[in-house]
Amino acid sequence: MRYKASLITIGLILVSFASLIVAGMTGSVVIPLSEMPDALRELLDGQPVSLAANVLDLRAGRAVTAFVTGASLSLAGMMMQALLRNPLADPYVLGISSGASVGALAALLFMCAAWVVDAAAFGGAVAVCLLLYLLARRDLRGGNAADGGTALLLLTGVILSSACIALVTLMLSIAPDSRLRTMVFWLIGDLSGAPFRWLPWFILAGSLMYTLRNARALNVMALHAEAAATLGIRVGALRKGLFFISALLTASAVTNAGSVGFVGLIVPHACRFAFGPDHRLLVPSATLVGGAYLVLADTLARTIIAPQQLPVGVVTALIGTPVFLYQLHRLRK
Amino acid sequence: MIATEQLRLNIGRRTLIDALDWRVGSGECWSVIGRNGAGKSTLLRTLAGLRAPDAGRVLVEGRPLPAWPLADLARTRAFLAQSRNDAFAYSVIETVLSARHPYHGNRYWEDSDDHHAALRALEAMEVADLAERDVRTLSGGERQRVAIAAMLAQDTPLLLLDEPANALDLAHQVSVMALLAKLCREQKKTVVMVGHDLTLAHSVSTHALLLMGDGRWLAGPVSEVMQPDVLSEYLQHPIDVVRHGSRTIFIPMETSA
Repeated sequence: MRYKASLITIGLILVSFASLIVAGMTGSVVIPLSEMPDALRELLDGQPVSLAANVLDLRAGRAVTAFVTGASLSLAGMMMQALLRNPLADPYVLGISSGASVGALAALLFMCAAWVVDAAAFGGAVAVCLLLYLLARRDLRGGNAADGGTALLLLTGVILSSACIALVTLMLSIAPDSRLRTMVFWLIGDLSGAPFRWLPWFILAGSLMYTLRNARALNVMALHAEAAATLGIRVGALRKGLFFISALLTASAVTNAGSVGFVGLIVPHACRFAFGPDHRLLVPSATLVGGAYLVLADTLARTIIAPQQLPVGVVTALIGTPVFLYQLHRLRK
Repeated sequence: MIATEQLRLNIGRRTLIDALDWRVGSGECWSVIGRNGAGKSTLLRTLAGLRAPDAGRVLVEGRPLPAWPLADLARTRAFLAQSRNDAFAYSVIETVLSARHPYHGNRYWEDSDDHHAALRALEAMEVADLAERDVRTLSGGERQRVAIAAMLAQDTPLLLLDEPANALDLAHQVSVMALLAKLCREQKKTVVMVGHDLTLAHSVSTHALLLMGDGRWLAGPVSEVMQPDVLSEYLQHPIDVVRHGSRTIFIPMETSA
């Protein structure tokens, strides 16, 4: 098992790098693979001189942001599925991203600066997360006496989410036409304006460390639900950890790129299907595949009908829906 | 091994069990008997530490439950829940290996001795041939035997089982019960189980705890407690006893309905 796991992980790391290189090569100006090393060196020196290096500079920032966003969403989705013990859960099911949408759209409606939009999105996500915690504390209670499942948390999340969506619809319907396009792009998820930031990487690294440390405990909880306490798992603490960390990951990803759909649902699901449900392998594989998937989807989004750019959320949904339906169908059989 | 002091359990406003002073010694095999809703599962969950008592306390090896570190407790007692739902496609062997969690410390992967323990447990439950199967494709009885195998792999001196014979066919009911009795007799393990089959319970148990569901209870050796008149009162149904060789068979009498 451990050899198979390290083999798969190393393979996926290579795939991730390959996806970043492909993203750097393709576009209106194609950079041949032979020019990549020189261009990369110039870029790392901080002085892009050649045309290849300048183009790469533009593409690399976007590709790297796509990677961290996809990896965060996929990891958050996997955590949410483990928390709710439901393979059909995703990072958006509890309404954290809808909260971010309300914040971001309100900021866009009032023509705020880009950083205000990001801050408002993050604030909206945090607000929904805290509200959810207050309302559904029972399911996340600490100690080893956590009775029952997470039904209250799930229901509360779904209801908060629909309330937020109603607010989003309200804002869209009163927004002037000039702002509608940016708002819709934000909602679908779009990486074109996303600047490179370090913070999402720190959040991703911290979350990855937490989930890897608790990968075995996640297996036990996924198998035994609350009876995991009799195997020495602090169920309440683990649920709280999963809830807050997946919320943070979701907030960070959504702030970066808007609510990109389907990555958090289908990538963990597909990884489970391909590599088995063991979280010790699932955590690294879902993270890497999620990142690579969004990088490739974004490359498609900006090249498929170039010079027009599609929002990346459209591409992930268009690829994701048939794949997911196919899997769901096989699951039912 | 495990004891309760002045334990009270409520569900809503109803008191199910009151002032339960109960001692279970090592090597004893207890059956908990009572009508539906009498508090059997609630008691077992409380003993397992999944539910806090409404009054009184539970002691394992003389130490109150809240004072136990969870990991130490997980190496001391195992718990078989009444029902399971499997959300993910884990294989049978992964299910059983997960019960070795308390022995892993900070290791990321399990060792070969964990695999040995898991395979031995699967063989004891006659499900070794299912090792690579997806748990969600098993029949109810097979799933139950895998769950008991996981419990055996946890390798604890105290076993708490909520309806272990659930969904098992006749042959496996007998073999599982015989295995539990053997663990008590030979390895001095302690078993507390909930069951509805009086004949089966009588054949393997050394002691029985009867629950009335209104606070009343009665505990003692099988020979004293499992008498037809007492059982009739606690189960609120007339029960007759037939002796067949060395066996005692309990028969619910027909009521004129």
